[in-house]
Amino acid sequence: MALFSALMVITSKNPVYSVLWLIVTFFAISGHYILLNAQFLAVVNIIVYAGAIMVLFLFVIMLMNARQEGASGSKRWITLAGTVSGGIFLLVLVAALKDSELKSRTAMVMDGQVGLIKVLGNELFTRYVIPFEISSILFLSAMVGAVVIGKKD
Amino acid sequence: MPINYYLFLSLALFSIGMVGVLTRRNAIIIFMCIELMLNAVNLLLVAFSKMHYQVALEAGQLATQAGVEGQLFVFFIMVVAAAEVSVGLAIIVMMYRNVHSVDINFLNRLKH
Repeated sequence: MALFSALMVITSKNPVYSVLWLIVTFFAISGHYILLNAQFLAVVNIIVYAGAIMVLFLFVIMLMNARQEGASGSKRWITLAGTVSGGIFLLVLVAALKDSELKSRTAMVMDGQVGLIKVLGNELFTRYVIPFEISSILFLSAMVGAVVIGKKD
Repeated sequence: MPINYYLFLSLALFSIGMVGVLTRRNAIIIFMCIELMLNAVNLLLVAFSKMHYQVALEAGQLATQAGVEGQLFVFFIMVVAAAEVSVGLAIIVMMYRNVHSVDINFLNRLKH
C-alpha cells in the first residue's frame, strides 16, 4: 500500500492529488511504526507530516493556483532516463544487499519497550538534551528565515 | 519479521522518491519526493533500532537501552525536515512571485 501510494505521488498530473497520495503514504508508514511498536514516532509522524507539513503543501499549492505543469517537448526522454536510472539504482542496491549477513536478522514486531514515550523521553531529556535545545534553536531560526524570505519587499 | 523486508521496502520507497526528483519538473512535487526519501530512511532506522533491541534482549540484558539512539535520530530527522520544508516553501513562494511559475526549467538563469 505504501508502494502503490508512493507511485501515485509521482505519477499524478495534478499536484493536489499528489499531496493527497503522499498523505496516504505517510499513514502507511505510520502503520509500519505501530507494527514495530514505535508508538511515539508513529504519533509524531502523523502529527508533523500528515498534519502540519502536508497542510503547508496544500496551502501553497492552492495559493499558487498552479493546476498542472505544461507539457514541454523534451519531457519524454527525461522521464524515460529518470525511470531507467532509478530502476538501475534499485536493482544494484537490492542485488548488493540480497545476500548480506542481515538476512538472518529479524526486527522485533509488536513487542519491546524501546519505542514507548517514557523510554524515549527519559533519554531525550538526559543524554540528548543539548541536541534537543540546538534543534529548538534551529526551529526558531527557520521560522524567522521563512518570514524574512516570504516577506514582500 | 525479517529485517530484509523493511530493507527492501525502504529501498523501493527511496528509489521512487529519486525517480520523482529526476522526472518531475514541478518544484513542489520535487520537494514532496524529498520528503518521501526522508521517510524511507526513517523507516529503515526504526527497523534497525528494533533489530538492535532484539539482539540486546537475546544477549540477556533485560532493561536495555539499545536502539533508543536510532529512534531519537529519527525524531531529529523529522525536526530538521520540518524546518527545511518551511524555508523551502517560502523560497518557492518567492520564486513564484518573481517568475509566475513553479517550473524548475525557469531556474536556469544562473547559467547566463
